[in-house]
Amino acid sequence: MTFSRRSFLAGSSALALSAVPVIGRAQSDSIIFASILDLSGGLDIYGTAMADATALAIDDINAAGGLMGKQVTLKMYDAQSNIQFYTQYATQAAAGDRAATVHGGITSASREAIRPTLARFKTMYFYNTQYEGGVCDFNNFCTGSTPAQTVAKVVPYAMNKWGKKAYIIAADYNYGQIIAQWVERFVKEQGGEAVAVEFFPLDVTNFGPTINKIQQAKPDMVFSALVGGAHVSFYRQYAAAGMMKEIPIASTTFGIGNEHKLISAEEGNGLLAAYSYFEGVQNPENAAFLARMDAKFGDKRATMNELTVRSYEGAMLWAEAVKLAGSTDHAAVSAALKSGLVYNGPSGPITIDPQTNHAIQNVVLGELKDQEFNIVESFAAQPPADTQLVCDLKANPTLSTFYFENGLAAAGIK
Amino acid sequence: MDLVAAIGLQLAYVIANLALISLGLAIIFGMMRVINLAHGEFLMLGGYTVVVSTNAGVNIWVAMLILAPLVVGIIGVIVERLLIRWLYGRMVDTLLATWGLSLLLVGLVTSIFGASTGTTVAPPLGAIKIGTYSASGYELFLILITVLLLFLVWLTLRFTKLGLLARGTMQNAEMAASLGVSTSRIYMITFGLGAAVSGLAGGLLAPMTGVLPTIGATYIAKAFITVISGGSAILAGTAAGSVLLGGLNGIFSFVAGSTFGEIALLIAAIVLLRLMPRGITGRFFRKSL
Repeated sequence: MTFSRRSFLAGSSALALSAVPVIGRAQSDSIIFASILDLSGGLDIYGTAMADATALAIDDINAAGGLMGKQVTLKMYDAQSNIQFYTQYATQAAAGDRAATVHGGITSASREAIRPTLARFKTMYFYNTQYEGGVCDFNNFCTGSTPAQTVAKVVPYAMNKWGKKAYIIAADYNYGQIIAQWVERFVKEQGGEAVAVEFFPLDVTNFGPTINKIQQAKPDMVFSALVGGAHVSFYRQYAAAGMMKEIPIASTTFGIGNEHKLISAEEGNGLLAAYSYFEGVQNPENAAFLARMDAKFGDKRATMNELTVRSYEGAMLWAEAVKLAGSTDHAAVSAALKSGLVYNGPSGPITIDPQTNHAIQNVVLGELKDQEFNIVESFAAQPPADTQLVCDLKANPTLSTFYFENGLAAAGIK
Repeated sequence: MDLVAAIGLQLAYVIANLALISLGLAIIFGMMRVINLAHGEFLMLGGYTVVVSTNAGVNIWVAMLILAPLVVGIIGVIVERLLIRWLYGRMVDTLLATWGLSLLLVGLVTSIFGASTGTTVAPPLGAIKIGTYSASGYELFLILITVLLLFLVWLTLRFTKLGLLARGTMQNAEMAASLGVSTSRIYMITFGLGAAVSGLAGGLLAPMTGVLPTIGATYIAKAFITVISGGSAILAGTAAGSVLLGGLNGIFSFVAGSTFGEIALLIAAIVLLRLMPRGITGRFFRKSL
């Protein structure tokens, strides 16, 4: 028998094609749930706890009998605080694992790296992190809180308490840049003034010159949107200069990396922040959740905050939608999520707003006292009013954009 | 006037901070020509020593000034015996080996203490008032101790027998060996001292910056830039490099913000190395240590 290149190619490609359905069948025994988070590198102060909470959610889903009679398998990817790995793993999860859904992304930069990829593969993407708002994507469900839900609550409270002049400091990437514009906007709406806005690269650890500038500007409060392990230095150095008692701080990020456990009680006392969850939230779901986290992780359990709890709730919300739809099919699950489906989690009830694919959720305002956030005010069922200004997925159900990419002014918000 | 004093103190602190994180590297890289990419992790280990020992009830001053250099110095000696001593004279290989060591140390510390550590070491000195401005008393202490540390290293290198043997060995190891010096021991001790100085620096900075397994990454680049800009004379070089780069960083941070401070530091280093490829002490203070 002669064996030509042509016949070899024809034969081997037929073999390759016939192999595909076999792989497909092997995978259909379980439903793949992929998670991409930073479990090492500078962002692991957020990522490891989020991964723990995700793992607990998958345990809970399987303990309750799985979905549609199948077990859910968690595929956990460590993006190592490196954007390049996000893109690579998103492609692998969507095309290689054929994941039913991908949850993850911590920084806005990582979200923007994987969002277009997952939209192209139509692999449903959950971004469970509080962020600056503005994503308008048929494929992307943003369950974290946004500025209109949290910052809009902290600013008036802080200004009533402390005064009109704010000094804004933020991390120098898209989250910090955009959130600084939101803070400025809310401060102006309350008749106040932002005396300065300053940005810091993520690896800055020396904040001395800024502390001098704050002393020179004499604001009534400092508004901080600093991110990551290195930036925790700011709070220590600020307290060491005796400033915590002079000019108080409100923050949009302090606490989600459990920064309040990294600095001493006297360094942090009096700081204000708003998220959709603090550990002190009182409801039976939260008590049960904390007990299960304790049972699974024991002493190693981190303090729970919005990021970790929402990683759990995001997974559970997706599971509830699959149950309602009776399928993991994109259109069916999406329709179920937008049908007004309510998931009662540790932070309270969560529903998806069909106009923006963002979560309608409870918000709590906390004041730091002895390394714990005491809840001073609660707000039920807050809509994502910021993203609603620009995004309408009801009118345009195929949109896949990020409206605040170039700032609020470019998105038509003054 | 108060503002000038407050900014002056802040500038002095930025400069001292740079000198402090660079000095251990100046000994290991500047003197021994070992490209130590695990330098940041030596600093990190110093910080963890302070955190762990203060949590165990040790006085913070003892932890910072004695335990941190001791522990990291011993780790340095172990690293030298197991890893570095096979690689003298092979700079690129030391780069790879110490990079691997750096990843290993970050991984080890993360798996022992977790990604973020519940550190509550506060700066042990209160705030000081300069008119209407206030600054951290601990920053003032760090400035003084950096000056003292530079002076001590200078005394050791200039006036002790160990200093003489170390300098001789680094200049010409074969000649030193033929004169009866155990160069292997000198290498080990010098590396250990470099590590100890890094450990001390890491311990001293822990209350200001906090400790994380990955905190080394924020120091390593600046330390290398400072030492390379400084040039071959390790003490005068580190001091001159810190004053120039730290000064520019501080001034630009104050005038235009931290981003521009970092940019100013990097541009200054690039321009400097273009004009003086052998660093500041390649042209000035050539006879100094």
